[in-house]
Order: sequence, then C-alpha cells, then structure tokens
Amino acid sequence: MSKNTLYGIFDCELVLLAAVKEIRANKIDIKEVYSPFPVHGLDKALGLKETRMAITAFIYGCIGLFLAALMIWNIMIVDWAQNIGGKPNFTFYHNMPAFIPIMFECTVLFAAHLMSITYLIRNGLYPGGVSDSPDVRTTDDKFLMEIEVEGDVAAVKAMLTKTGATEINEKDA
Amino acid sequence: MQKEAEIRDPLIIGNKSYHDITKDIAKPVEGKANKYWWILFSLSLVLFIWGVLCMAYTIGTGIGAWGLNKTVNWAWDITNFVWWIGIGHAGTLISAVLLLFRQKWRMSINRSAEAMTIFGVAQAALFPLIHMGRPWLAYYVFPIPNQFGSLWVNFNSPLLWDVFAISTYFSVSVVFWYIGLIPDFAMIRDRMSAKTAPMKKQLYSFLSFGWSGKAKHWQRFEEVSLVLAGLATPLVFSVHSIVSMDFATSIIPGWHTTIFPPYFVLGALFSGFAMVETLLIIMRKVVNMEAYITIKHIEYMNIIILLTGSLVGTAYITELFMSWYSGVEFEQYAFLNRATGPYWWAYAIMMTCNVLTPQLYWFSSIRKSFVATFILSIFVNIGMWFERFVIIVTSLHRDFLPSSWSMFSPTFIDLGIYVGTIGFFFVLFLLYARTFPVIAQAELKSILKSSGSEYKNKK
Repeated sequence: MSKNTLYGIFDCELVLLAAVKEIRANKIDIKEVYSPFPVHGLDKALGLKETRMAITAFIYGCIGLFLAALMIWNIMIVDWAQNIGGKPNFTFYHNMPAFIPIMFECTVLFAAHLMSITYLIRNGLYPGGVSDSPDVRTTDDKFLMEIEVEGDVAAVKAMLTKTGATEINEKDA
Repeated sequence: MQKEAEIRDPLIIGNKSYHDITKDIAKPVEGKANKYWWILFSLSLVLFIWGVLCMAYTIGTGIGAWGLNKTVNWAWDITNFVWWIGIGHAGTLISAVLLLFRQKWRMSINRSAEAMTIFGVAQAALFPLIHMGRPWLAYYVFPIPNQFGSLWVNFNSPLLWDVFAISTYFSVSVVFWYIGLIPDFAMIRDRMSAKTAPMKKQLYSFLSFGWSGKAKHWQRFEEVSLVLAGLATPLVFSVHSIVSMDFATSIIPGWHTTIFPPYFVLGALFSGFAMVETLLIIMRKVVNMEAYITIKHIEYMNIIILLTGSLVGTAYITELFMSWYSGVEFEQYAFLNRATGPYWWAYAIMMTCNVLTPQLYWFSSIRKSFVATFILSIFVNIGMWFERFVIIVTSLHRDFLPSSWSMFSPTFIDLGIYVGTIGFFFVLFLLYARTFPVIAQAELKSILKSSGSEYKNKK
C-alpha cells in the first residue's frame, strides 16, 4: 500500500494543541510537529519523553569539578609546591578554601559547554546544517503537523479539517 | 497557554500578529541602514581607530606611556576594566536571573542586553591584555607546564581566579546567546530568497545550524535554556565577587574590606542596567522597535536601578561607618581622604550620580519618561566609572610613606585607549543591530497572546 504524507497547517497554537490531543485520541500517529516557537504542553500532548539534558549537565558539571580539583592538586601540591604568603601547601584540603573559586568556575564551564554541545548533537544541528522542515512558514507564523498515512487518506484529511487545520498539503512517498 | 493578570500592562503594543513580529524583527537585517546608523557608525569607527593607534603606541613603547607612577601603579586601566565588566552584568541578569523568576518582560530586551554583555566583556579583557606589556605572552595566565617558560600559575591568587571567572563568563555568555539565536537565525534564513540574496541566504543558513523547529527540539531548547540560566546565575554573581577580591584580598586601606563582593555585584548590576537603558532607548528608535521595547520595560529597569542604587548608597555609608568604627587610623584616613582630600570632586561626582540622582525614580513621572531615563542612565554610567576611579586611585595615591604621596593624571594615551574601547563597543553593537535579530522573536511570539495589547483588550 502506498504511504502518503499529510501536512496539516494551523494558524494558532491553541487550536494545534487541541488538534494534537484529538488526533492522537483517534489513534492516528503524528510523525512530527513544527512550530515557530515553543508551545507549552505540546511535548506532553505528543507523548514525548522528558528530555535528559539537565541530567547531562549535572554529569558534566561533576566531571568539571573533578578535573579542576585534579589539576589544582597536581599543580599546587604535587608538582611544584610553593610557600605563598605562608599558606598551607602540603595537603590539598588545607589549601582548598583558596581553590574553591576556580573549582566552581570549571564546574560551570564544563556543564554549560558540554551540555550545549550535547544539545546540538542530539538535535542534529551543526554549522551549515540543512533544515528538513517541509514548509518555510513554520519559522514565521504557521504550525505544521506531519502525519504519515497508510490507507484512508480522506479520513485523516477530514480529521485535520475538523480539528482546525487551515490548509492541508499532501506528498506522495 | 500562559495566563497573565488583567491589570498588568501589555508588553507588546499594537495589533501584532505572529507574522508582524517576524517582519518587524527581520526588517533591520533585510533593509538598508538609515542616515543615523551611518553617522553613529562612522563616529564609533573613528574612535575605535584612535584607540587602536594608542594601543599600538603603548605596546610599542611600554606602559610608561600611561600616567601611572610608582605610587599610583594601577589606575585608569583597571578602572576601565571593572567598569566594562560591570556593564556586562546586566545582560546575564536579564537573560538568566529574570528567566528563573519567569519575568516575561525580559524577552524583548534579553538579546540586546546579552550582546552588550559579550561586547562589554570583550572591551574589559583588552585592558589586562595591554597592561601585560607583552600581550603575545598572554597564554602565561593559563595553567601550562613550567617547561613553557613561566612557572605554574598560582591558584591562591584572585588574579588567577579572575582569569578563570572572566573566561568562563565570556564563553558561557556567548553559548547562552547563541543557543537562543539559532531559531531566530532560522527565521531570517527562511525569509531570504536564494535568488535575490544568495549570499545572505547562505550566511544565515550557516548560522542557523539547520534549525527546523521540531517539537522535540523545542522541548530540549527550553530545558537547555533553563539549565544555562541556572548555571549563569551563580556565575554572574561569582564574576564580580572575584573582581572585587582583586582588591579585597590585598592589605591596602580602602580595599581591604569584606563588604566588597556584594557591593561590587550590586554596583555592576546598577551600571549594567543603566547601559542597557542607554543603548535600548537609542536602539528602539533607530531600528523601529517601539512596539516591543515599551515604557513598561524601561520602568521595570528603572525600578531595578532604584533598588540597586539605594543598596550601593547603603554600601558607601557602611564603608564610611566601618572605617570609623574599626578604630584603625589608616582606614579612617583612607576614607577621610577619599571624601575630603584632593580627589573630593571625584567622590562628589560618584555620590551625586550613584546615590542622589537615581532617587528621582521614586517619582513615577520620571520613571515613565524616556528622556529623563536616558539622561539619568548617562549619569549612572559616569557615576559608576568614578566609583571605580575613587576606590582605586584614592586608596593608592597617599600610601604608607608621606614622602611618596602623589597624584594620578591620565595621559593622552590613557584617554585614547578608553575612548577607543567605547568606539569599539559601539562598532560591534551597531554591526550587531544590522545583522542579528535584535529581539528574541521566537520567545516573544510565545507571550503575544498573554501579554500583547490587542489580546489583552479582547478579554
């Protein structure tokens, strides 16, 4: 059976949100939704899993903290211990109050940068990447719902119209 | 959809649709620059070139070209450094702290405020770089092994903390800014035609990283923005605290106080918001953003200026009280000399511009006036420059031996470099205003239906 892709275009995020809920309630799979701005509640309505970006930031932050401590311990205690203004220099923990600012900065540095890189990789974004949005108006003022249909195309089209799509385009696979 | 109380003033004025927002924000990028832009740009460019020549002269001849002497061995350059870093603070405060507090008014101003942060921190970084005398050895400040010629850096030193704090702050600000810019660059990319503007289309395609606005991407976008805001918030407070420790950990009377970190952070926010106002009041006219940067936005910022200005004033008075209460003659003299010594006029400018004039914002007519706000914001910019000058120079110029007491007067080169960084800053900002989406349009669209004037009136 041929597989058709339908693009339902919506003008308003509230109509879109209601449409997503109704269409999914009717057991029609929505392949993707493209929107010009983040629509609150859309991820839940689409049944997307929660993102784990914050967890990665925590892990990267811990790595940053550990590496900063390791670097400072190696430089200030092991490799070249110096007496600076009589400050304790034989053990890491005695000297640590003076090391906290840099350990903190490195934690933030690692967490922020590595999380952002992870974000770009997970989203497939890279300099010069090509957008796969089916309609350029989705970065302007239109919301686009992409549905792959096997079978009764007319029924799905009717469903889209009923839920408020202002325009329906079709692409043959 | 988000709900907003009826009594709140709208944040977007006029009958705007999503498409209108797109058009308005893409307009400065697509259109030609007007006369005012060219005048401002040429002026800034001249100042910048003058600054570059003065920097080249300094590097060629040495720091002796500056007005420093044996007693006042740190003056104009560090004053400018702290001033620029302080200006940078409002950008992160607006984009990060106000995001955590869910303040919707930040959305029309955060992009430009962050741009100001990045350009301001870049100017700040120039000063220590030039002051090194041999800027090509700047990599000595990073922890590189002893074999490279220098010894390991000293992790006990606030100057090294500063290196880490400022480089982290700068790079994290750039990343935070860029993550938000990607969807907006995509908007501009999708408006450009490959036929009429192929170069521009390619440029914005490159910059927008192939953004398409999928639901999952937006979900990650929101979480990443939130986490970056959470990380940037302690970062912004740490940066100016660490800058203040450059002074506070030394034993110079007038510097050696525990109040410095909060006092510097508040001062930074105070001066940063003033600079945001100075820039935005001009920008909303030059690139026609009157519908998005409203008097309400200005009023909110004025309230923050009033609060931080009053807190800075409290800190000044606390300093005076503590120097008297400490019973230490040197401390007492340092502050007496500050207020009544040869630099009394600098102290008077600082007190007037930072403590007295911002109090005018108690009057709502002044708080809600673009002209008054613009004038007062310039006062704050000047006052905060003098605050740093007063703290730095008056604490040094009468040191422990009266025979070595002296005064500081800047040379032509000192002035040139300072004015040059102002020129450089405006060159960057003006270029930004013509090539970047100056308002975070994607986020702004998400509040149109809760905070737009048309939608508020309908209810």
